[in-house]
Amino acid sequence: MITTTDLTKVYRSRGREVTALDGVDLHVSEGEVYGVVGQSGAGKSTLIRCVNLLERPTSGTITVAGQDLTALAGRGRGAPPSGSWGRAGSALRQARSRIGMVFQHFNLLSSRTVRDNVELPLEILGVSGRERTRKALELLELVGLGDKAKAYPAQLSGGQKQRVGIARALAGDPKVLLSDEATSALDPETTRSILQLLRDLNCQLGLTVLLITHEMDVVKTICDSAALMRGGRIVESGRVSDLLATPGSELAHELFPVGGVPSAEDRTVVDVTFQGEAATKPVISQLSRTYNIDISILGAAMDTVGGNQVGRMRIELPGRFEENVVPIGFLREQGLQVDVAAIADGPKTAAATRQLLKEGAK
Amino acid sequence: MTWSEMEPLLEQACWDTLYMVGWSALIAVVGGLPIGVLLVLTDRGGVLQNVVVNKVLGQIVNIARSMPFIILMVALISFTRWIVGTTIGPEAAIVPLAIGAVPFFARLVETSVREVDGGLVEAVQSMGGSTWTVVRKVLLPEALPSLISSATTTVVALLGYSAMAGTVGAGGLGDLAIRYGYQRFETELMWITVGILAVVISAVQFAGDLAARSLSHRGRSSAVPQLVLPRPARSARSAPAAAATAGTTGGPADAEAADTEPAKAP
Repeated sequence: MITTTDLTKVYRSRGREVTALDGVDLHVSEGEVYGVVGQSGAGKSTLIRCVNLLERPTSGTITVAGQDLTALAGRGRGAPPSGSWGRAGSALRQARSRIGMVFQHFNLLSSRTVRDNVELPLEILGVSGRERTRKALELLELVGLGDKAKAYPAQLSGGQKQRVGIARALAGDPKVLLSDEATSALDPETTRSILQLLRDLNCQLGLTVLLITHEMDVVKTICDSAALMRGGRIVESGRVSDLLATPGSELAHELFPVGGVPSAEDRTVVDVTFQGEAATKPVISQLSRTYNIDISILGAAMDTVGGNQVGRMRIELPGRFEENVVPIGFLREQGLQVDVAAIADGPKTAAATRQLLKEGAK
Repeated sequence: MTWSEMEPLLEQACWDTLYMVGWSALIAVVGGLPIGVLLVLTDRGGVLQNVVVNKVLGQIVNIARSMPFIILMVALISFTRWIVGTTIGPEAAIVPLAIGAVPFFARLVETSVREVDGGLVEAVQSMGGSTWTVVRKVLLPEALPSLISSATTTVVALLGYSAMAGTVGAGGLGDLAIRYGYQRFETELMWITVGILAVVISAVQFAGDLAARSLSHRGRSSAVPQLVLPRPARSARSAPAAAATAGTTGGPADAEAADTEPAKAP
């Protein structure tokens, strides 16, 4: 539904060059909720702004719903300098009207009532007055604000404002919704209700949602797929369930951070990830009974990701890694994903452990 | 000088002032609004970023703003003759008044429009809005309360400028105060004129503030200090303002009631 190929954006200001996007290839399938995470300055905002060409990429292409937007932008006129709002031709403007966008700071017009705010995109599309009102009230009903049509944005709470923002983004019947940190200005409770709304819209309307966020909770709650950005590049991407099953996945670690250091030397620290069926099996007590070893739990996290129970646990086994190859093999047999955590006593043993680990996996 | 002698003079002066300020304010708004908006649009990061247009326009505005009004009026004499066919009278004063007020208002418009959140512009662009849509649906409506305040300031400044219009024989209240009050030692008439000017300016300011406030739908939190602070000032101001509205509708005869008191004092 959304595909970017080798997307690059370089800002030039006073002779200095800043590369915000460095060859980004993103693929968002139809009907999924795709989350891009990363720290501030990673290029997330630039990426999402490039998708509807609010920001013109320096090179690369963007295709939304089969339409090459970069071809519409008329790059022949020369991309305007950085920070420019830019001017758009009518073909691009038409394409934009079919992509909804939700903003962190809502960006509602304070001079218009809630209903008039939702009507704004319809006015731009040239929809007649009565039809606009009907559609706006219908959308406000959909986002649960049917009774606030005559209020002004200043009279609403943050969550309500974002609901208006979502209703407005849906006015043009878009197939794609872009969400630029839509929940970052909201409290946790409101964040949950807004995410629930986005999920509902995704299911009811078959809307493809591309969202950027710095909150891992957002990814955990609603995303089907996710990508991690750092320094203008996508360092990891894929379906969330696949990522969790990937050994050494940074995103999986970010989603379920488990801490804890070994209590003494001669211990093996192992990160175990449970998913799906394996999450319900009593594997730890089985392990303990079968091999007659004492296991201590250093850290653990459990959550529901995309409707699946997922957990991650850091456990400590007595003895060096060499002595624990068999119990670890047992855990693997149970369908669990096992990562041996980097061990505190020097890189030499860590490297040796990796070597052993590879052999063990064979 | 008796009241029956003063009354026709004052009435004529009021009408002249109203005529000059009214027309020049209208021209200032019609001319200054697009210039101010264009200054924002063509600025760095604007929708129509264009450094050359922005610099040229900004420089023209600066030059016009730097000119003292009395000099502008004299300097524009030949231009005025070309436009209205005469260099004396109220019509002749309107030309320099308008030319002085257009860049003044344009700068104020620029400041008001610049304060509109860039995110709103981005939102409308993401909906597929054109530059014209951005101006019409976002910049102007969102800046409206501030634009009204700017127009109020411009009208008040024009009232001040118009006092100098007597130099080209345009009449008006300022001219009356100088010719009769100063040059003929008619102190009483001068104070009446000063009183009328004060009342008119208060009325304009009050009406402008009221309109700006009633059009602003911003958050309660930001409105609270605005509503609380002017309260002591407003109660003091509302009395002459009420008289002023009566004065402007009922003619100078009604204004007499409010203005003879300070006149009797000396």
